Amino acid sequence: MKNEHDHTSTKKFGMVINLDLCTGCGSCMVACMSENNVPFKEDESDKLRSITWMKVYKLTNKRPFPETDICYLPRPCQHCEGHDGHSPCVSVCPATATDYDMNTGIVSQIYTRCFGCRYCMGACPYHARYFNWFDPVWPEGMEKYLNPNVSPRMRGIVEKCSFCYHRYQAAKDKAHLEGRKEIEEGEYQTACTQACPAGAITFGDLNNPDHAVYSLKKDPHAFRLLEKLGTNPKVYYVSSKEWVRKAGDNYLENERPAWK
Amino acid sequence: MDSALIPNGVRRCSLGKFLVSLSIVGAVLLWGVYAMFLCWFKGLNQTNMNDYYGFALWIWADLAVIALGGGAFFSGFLKYLVGKDELKHIINYAVLIGFICYSSALLILAIDIGQPLRGWFIFWHANVHSMLTEVAFCLSCYFAVLTIEYIPLILENRQINRFPLFHHLAHNMHEVMAVFAATGAFLSFFHQGSLGGVAGVLFGRPFAYREGLFIWPWTFFLFTWSAAAYGPCFTLLITKITEAVTGKKLVKDNVIELLAKISGWMMTTYIIAKIIDTLYWANVTAPSRGFNLMDFYSNNSFYGIWILIAEIVIGGVIPAIILITPNGRKNPAARTVAIILAVIGVCINRWVMVLQVMAVPVMSFDQWALYYPSWQEVATTILPVAYGVILIMISYRYLPIFPQEAELNPIES
Repeated sequence: MKNEHDHTSTKKFGMVINLDLCTGCGSCMVACMSENNVPFKEDESDKLRSITWMKVYKLTNKRPFPETDICYLPRPCQHCEGHDGHSPCVSVCPATATDYDMNTGIVSQIYTRCFGCRYCMGACPYHARYFNWFDPVWPEGMEKYLNPNVSPRMRGIVEKCSFCYHRYQAAKDKAHLEGRKEIEEGEYQTACTQACPAGAITFGDLNNPDHAVYSLKKDPHAFRLLEKLGTNPKVYYVSSKEWVRKAGDNYLENERPAWK
Repeated sequence: MDSALIPNGVRRCSLGKFLVSLSIVGAVLLWGVYAMFLCWFKGLNQTNMNDYYGFALWIWADLAVIALGGGAFFSGFLKYLVGKDELKHIINYAVLIGFICYSSALLILAIDIGQPLRGWFIFWHANVHSMLTEVAFCLSCYFAVLTIEYIPLILENRQINRFPLFHHLAHNMHEVMAVFAATGAFLSFFHQGSLGGVAGVLFGRPFAYREGLFIWPWTFFLFTWSAAAYGPCFTLLITKITEAVTGKKLVKDNVIELLAKISGWMMTTYIIAKIIDTLYWANVTAPSRGFNLMDFYSNNSFYGIWILIAEIVIGGVIPAIILITPNGRKNPAARTVAIILAVIGVCINRWVMVLQVMAVPVMSFDQWALYYPSWQEVATTILPVAYGVILIMISYRYLPIFPQEAELNPIES
């Protein structure tokens, strides 16, 4: 986890998700599964064993009619930075099968090194990590539609959202071939970002003032999930509704949220 | 038929009775082995674990048997380093129980990982920041120490001991056992502690997270302390069960009472520390993360405040009071109740630090997740128990485990 590069040139990829725009359609979930060869079972009724790198939660304000309100909250891996890259999952993995990349801010998962102890899953408060309880099996013929840039995972290991890291690699390759050192904002976008019909998800380098996420994260209505825990996530949410912002963390009775 | 293998001066049941008993326990063992192979060949989908319960019954069993097996290192520490010589009459059994507990823990871990053939990655690609890495290294090393401590016992079998080489080897190993006892105590301090650290470092889980000293959360020290306190109770409990099954007095009361007294005082100091830790966590640590104590014990159908009371009061304060009171520990019934409560108490502690950690929702819009194990999980958890019973049966029959047995049970000619 040593940072061998100049901090000023390092990237910190992240997301800003506008919950006012999210309709809960689930396109991001479908796009993610398709892009990343996420396996599924014939019977997916047991949601505690479904692999959903991107999962849309339905939140309610728990108020009676007519004050009832709902909100949909897409939850990818939060790519926590923690303190100096000690994100909750990275610090606990005994075999260094997951790592925090100081150059991109992306938390990786090395499938061939993971031996399936599942400690990282226990450490993640967002439930963003998933175990392959079964062998991945696709319906006959569907193998031909798998993404050749993403390796399918085997039974017995943990997987999670990678911020479509293979797209970053492809964008860097393209830039290199064209003699460029840097990639453009639009050259590296995650599948969920592109699939969202409402444009609720914005992705980019949180360190780069030219990227949209740089200013969006400063929205006065922006918040992150469970900030009090010190996970230091890189997914920001924006909501004009106070109850939604409050749902992003836990508060004691009569406690005043910091953003108020 | 096997009388030549049985230690001198003691009486054992007939070989037929022994083999019938062995086969009954063996059938249970085979049931567990069948479930184990199901898990290895078909995968962990044979369990009822899920993405909320990545850690479940097996990890609890691991933590529990390692805590209960703590009697081995602590008894060794007391005998060889503190100089409590009376404990030489029970140390063999403590070592055997420890050996069973630790080999069981390693077996369960081998079943519990999704890719068992990659188990060695924990050593090869070790992440020094992970408590589990520390557990793996210290656990393996301490198991090696326990094996070294168990070998002289095997060499003392009547027939093996006839060979001068084995006789002298056993003698010399006994002579240097203090070195291994010290090594075992050192290793145990770290792996018992790092097992506590496994939950304590989870800063994303407010139910488990604790502050601490340098890199070690308070649970690190509490787990070591509790293993030293409660482990001897398990040694005493298994001794009591063995005495009941064999119908013989195997260890003199003064030895039992000494270990019970030490265990009681360790438990007393531990439970005071545990209460302070709980109060600080409930009033400072958890609230700083937006949680009230009762958030962890309400809105679900199982985890109520009763479990905290059962762990600390019923499984901690009460047995501690009984064991530190001379009348309490000298009364066989009260002593037995105390050691049973203590064993239950430490098992609840390990359960809470694994299962309840997984159950408590962290995101405000998430829900409690409850779990019950599949039969394969239950069978593979009973498997080490059956294995332990078999090893005890064989060891008791053929090895001089209890030095006071012949004196306490003279054979009338």
